[in-house]
Amino acid sequence: MSTRLAKQGRLIDRSKQITFKFNGTTMRGFEGDTLASALMANDQMMMGRSFKYHRPRGVVASGAEEPNALVGLGEGARFEPNQRATTTELFEGLTSISQNHWPNLEFDVGAVNTALARFLPAGFYYKMFIHPQPFWKHVYEPIIRHSAGLGKAPDKETKDADTYEHFYAFADVLVVGGGVAGLQAAKAAAQSGAKVLLVEQTSHWGGRAPVDGGTIDGLAPDAWVEQTLTELKATDNVTIRTRTMGSGVYDHGYALAYERLTDHTPGAPGPRHRLWRIRAKQIVTATGAIERPLSFAGNDVPGVMLASAMRDYVVNWGVTPGQRVIVATNNDDAYRTAISLKKAGVDVLRVIDARTSGGGALADEARSLGIRVDPGKAIAKVKGGKRVKKVAICNQDGIGGAREEVACDAIAMSGGWSPVVHLWSHCGGKLIWDDALAHFRPDPARPPLGADGNGFVVPAGAANGPVSLGDVLADAQTAGEAAANAAGFTPKTADAPKGVSELELPLEPVWLMPANADMPLRMKAWLDFQNDVKVSDVQLAAREGYESVEHTKRYTTLGMATDQGKLSNINGLATLANALGEDIPQVGTTTFRPPYTPISMGSIGGEARGEVFQPIRKTPVHEWNDANGADWEPVGHWRRPYAYVRPGEGVHDAVNREVKNARENLGLLDASTLGKIIVKGPDAGKFLDMMYTNMMSNLKPGKCRYGLMCSENGFLIDDGVVARMDDDTWLCHTTTGGAERIHGHMEEWMQTEWWDWNVYVANVTEQYAQIAVVGPNARKVLEKLGGMDVSDAAIPFMGWADGKIGDFDCRMFRISFSGELSCEIAVPASQGLAFWEALIEAGKEFGVMPYGTEALHILRAEKGFIMIGDETDGTIIPQDLGLNWAISKKKEDFLGKRAQQRSHMTDRNRWKLVGLETVDGSVLPDGAYAAGEGVNANGQRNVIGRVTSTYYSANLDRGIAMGLVLHGPDRMGEVIEFPGTDGKIYKAKIVDPVFYDKEGKKQNV
Amino acid sequence: MLTLHCPYCGVNADETELDAGGEAHIKRHGPGSDDNQFHDYLFTRENPKGVHLERWRHAAGCGKWFHAARCTATLEVFGTYPAQVYEPPQDIKDAISAKRPGWSWREFE
Amino acid sequence: MSDPVSAPVSAMNHASYVGIARVEETGLQGMITLRGDLSSATLGKAIKAATGQGVPDVRRVAVDGDSGACWMSPDELLLLVPYAEVEAKLAALNETLKGEHALAVNVSDARAVFRVSNGPAREVMAKLAPVDLSPGAFEPGEIRRTRLAQVAGAIWMEEDGAFRVICFRSVADYVFKLLSVAAQPGSEVGVF
Repeated sequence: MSTRLAKQGRLIDRSKQITFKFNGTTMRGFEGDTLASALMANDQMMMGRSFKYHRPRGVVASGAEEPNALVGLGEGARFEPNQRATTTELFEGLTSISQNHWPNLEFDVGAVNTALARFLPAGFYYKMFIHPQPFWKHVYEPIIRHSAGLGKAPDKETKDADTYEHFYAFADVLVVGGGVAGLQAAKAAAQSGAKVLLVEQTSHWGGRAPVDGGTIDGLAPDAWVEQTLTELKATDNVTIRTRTMGSGVYDHGYALAYERLTDHTPGAPGPRHRLWRIRAKQIVTATGAIERPLSFAGNDVPGVMLASAMRDYVVNWGVTPGQRVIVATNNDDAYRTAISLKKAGVDVLRVIDARTSGGGALADEARSLGIRVDPGKAIAKVKGGKRVKKVAICNQDGIGGAREEVACDAIAMSGGWSPVVHLWSHCGGKLIWDDALAHFRPDPARPPLGADGNGFVVPAGAANGPVSLGDVLADAQTAGEAAANAAGFTPKTADAPKGVSELELPLEPVWLMPANADMPLRMKAWLDFQNDVKVSDVQLAAREGYESVEHTKRYTTLGMATDQGKLSNINGLATLANALGEDIPQVGTTTFRPPYTPISMGSIGGEARGEVFQPIRKTPVHEWNDANGADWEPVGHWRRPYAYVRPGEGVHDAVNREVKNARENLGLLDASTLGKIIVKGPDAGKFLDMMYTNMMSNLKPGKCRYGLMCSENGFLIDDGVVARMDDDTWLCHTTTGGAERIHGHMEEWMQTEWWDWNVYVANVTEQYAQIAVVGPNARKVLEKLGGMDVSDAAIPFMGWADGKIGDFDCRMFRISFSGELSCEIAVPASQGLAFWEALIEAGKEFGVMPYGTEALHILRAEKGFIMIGDETDGTIIPQDLGLNWAISKKKEDFLGKRAQQRSHMTDRNRWKLVGLETVDGSVLPDGAYAAGEGVNANGQRNVIGRVTSTYYSANLDRGIAMGLVLHGPDRMGEVIEFPGTDGKIYKAKIVDPVFYDKEGKKQNV
Repeated sequence: MLTLHCPYCGVNADETELDAGGEAHIKRHGPGSDDNQFHDYLFTRENPKGVHLERWRHAAGCGKWFHAARCTATLEVFGTYPAQVYEPPQDIKDAISAKRPGWSWREFE
Repeated sequence: MSDPVSAPVSAMNHASYVGIARVEETGLQGMITLRGDLSSATLGKAIKAATGQGVPDVRRVAVDGDSGACWMSPDELLLLVPYAEVEAKLAALNETLKGEHALAVNVSDARAVFRVSNGPAREVMAKLAPVDLSPGAFEPGEIRRTRLAQVAGAIWMEEDGAFRVICFRSVADYVFKLLSVAAQPGSEVGVF
């Protein structure tokens, strides 16, 4: 059984007991425990079930690389699935549940899959679910969706209770990893004066060294770590953070670090996670190395664990996974585990060393402690289901016969170490294969390149390949100095601290145990624990023709689980290389992609949630609108009232009421969102003549003109009314969505094409609240408020003037997008609400009603006015819309003119704008296509037009629409058919697009 | 994610402050140009693996357009320069030559 | 006596929030966008008359109370003047600049101004803007136009370590909430 030891546990405080829950059972641990160590102390070795076969799985590692011990953590608004027990710090009241089983962890129906394993080989899903095609959507997808995924997603109605944030940090040298290498590299870099940021993913410093032993400058590693930390903390140019994982390295020295602030104190004030968005001149990756499992049958049974992890549990947390342990290894380091266990009073039955030569000094030490060492041996098979019961031992160089069985309850395995090269590789750093150590390590000649074309990542310590404490520290010193130097600082060259550790003999690569294991054994030898990929699966993929490691990965799902193959990648590609008869470096690795371990979606979003998920732009009248029934419509980031809905009224009733009232009495529109751009300068007229299709330079001061803007492609991009202010100043109105875009468009042409023209522009959109006062009573309400002369004589249609309405300084434009008598009045935004309220109050006797965007649309459609985004879609030229009158023939040039001369732009078969009236008065479906004769090359019916705008007009009491129709203007009176998606055929007559007040009398009074 | 030096305000701008504007040094062809010229002006673009001259706007900053000489394969930046020129200035050409001897891009080398 | 109906109101009407720092909308501020040749002596004279300040150098700001000049781009300044005087100042500016190619417009109501003070203001801002705001890298006297989360803004520091933040009026509510979230209790970063 796994238990807490009487002594040991450098990270726990035995005086502080913590109560927590696992699957409803109350358990106890100590402050400093991880959830994994605490579960082991409570004899809970089995922590979950595997993804595909639902096999019982126990913890196998002690850190971020853990593939098995994933739990659902927390409850309600703080529930989170797939959390690694090994990196979850224990806290009072922690609640956890195991995953991927039904009805419970001990008895799981899904485990039947393991009996069916031979029918679920690599690529099973691809092979099984391909035929017949009609099954894809309604049979296969639901089945796969039901069985896919590990943990349960939080309930969709539950909102995360926590907050998150970003933090932009800048450093000369970022050091990732707070082991002895990271500490030394940070110190070496900081001595140059460089600004150093050092981040460590766990809550404690020193990494593996305090567990692995040895001395640094004569001190125990713990003492040296303490001393170095004290120095770093006292250094002004150094910032250090624990619980902060360097998660990704990107272009130009950009790096992300993921800080877990309150995971261990849920509910504490402040953000839960902080994502550091770092720009560093140089990045030192002191990310250590990860031990590899050995591939033998039953290596996934709970109780089989990485040798280094077992050592961690004993030394750091004072727990042992078993009482009678067998160690299997191909290297000397695992003997440290045997020694640690033995010294902690745990029975170490024997060390099974695959090397016929056995081990070196550490093996001698183990023997001297009375541990039996069996060289040249292998584990043939582990027996046991939910717990290791015994192992069958055989020769390494065989197929697994002549076994000797030994009863035991835990197995420590070590297949050697792989440097953590993820951060080095994220942005293009290349790797080389080290034959002696059987691992990939960073190739110093091919680092990731920064903005200056030079390398910006420097690996340090075990992440760079070195194994012994002495080599690790020396490498870290060199790395720290090199990084400081590359960041533009002069490092103080110093000797690295002297690390002393036991001399280790070379490992012998073992990619399968025993070397020629037969098929039944290979089918139980796991490579990827989380995704249930076995040696036999990779071999099958190779036989089926998968040669690329990237393809094999996807076919077998090796390394595609949440641990991204931290334990399985090297073993998997070595297995593939063997199967293909190639060398490992020839096969290569899969691509390392950020993040290093999963980070929360919350941290990625940062502050952008709830009310600040995205900016909502508000006009000065926004709050009034909100309080008066506005049914909001998003227009860009603006919110505009679609309609003002009265109590007891439906939205469409409101729209119809507003449409009629604007024609009969008095409507008010909050038009503040319309873009307003000032263009000024001696060349402003010339500039605007280029921007607009029509002539703006000859507009008289005091007058307005409707203008069209096209892109250089000839397509309509915006429209609006231009007013000339004075000799060299124009005010250009744009659409709501166009203000920033058109301002940018003008700046672009001004800065990059006609930079010698004397023009300045300024976007004054938000300086004004602009209110359209619309309807037969428009002038009456303004006259009631008093102030400027608003008569037709003073300000005729398409004129404007500055003046006062009531107490308000304003600018009044006699322009109309409704066809009614209409004054658009701009007042300073800070008085916008007051002005609006004054109009509402004064307008009561004239039947005032505010109207929303839908009424605006209907009013303009009744008049046949086009709307950018309805009648245009980025492929429409003004000529398509019958707007030739607004295209100057006098001007030699304007943006879009040349494009509009291209052959397909002048093609008489381009669809043209017409009005459409349904024969029965109903409303045409939006976007419907008109069907023509015959079929196209794909056998589809030919189309001859489409609906661009369609509404019910309350004023005309019928459906009205506009559309683009082949030869439309030549076909007036013809009835064409629009098949609807509802199966009905809508018949509509082609008519003039102006449905209401064709002579335009009403706006010009 | 890139950082580019804005030659107008002197800031090393994070890419999130910038808008990309496609290829630099495109000569405008308006009315009077023939169909091929106009087609090339509108649609034909370089797509190099290596040296490229691009337009960027410091959109969330000073609002100015500038040009960047950059390697599309390594993202190395050889230099940035104001947009009011018809070809890259000599110091930019020299900076590219120092790193990519024998480079050429459209008519420039 | 209540204000006249037409009294101007700033976008957030002096809203404030206190977390690890104090966030407040500072109310109405006269602002003039001035575009022109910044090396012109006439323009310099006009600015001096309007704000009491000289033409600021690249990315520099010179503000005293509610008057000052901020560098916005190589041909643009933002002039700060008392709100009540903005029209008069604008008229005087235009008068002085007559004959010069320049553009001066009142943008007082197109913007909102915030102040972040009494606490780790640098850290609050560094959560929102991709700018090195560490001491030494950013100091009083420098102005930075940048991105505040998802919207454009301009920031500068005052002598007491407080930040001034300017954004567009329509997103004033967003920016106020943004600053408040960034200043929430318990969110000290502890690096500056």
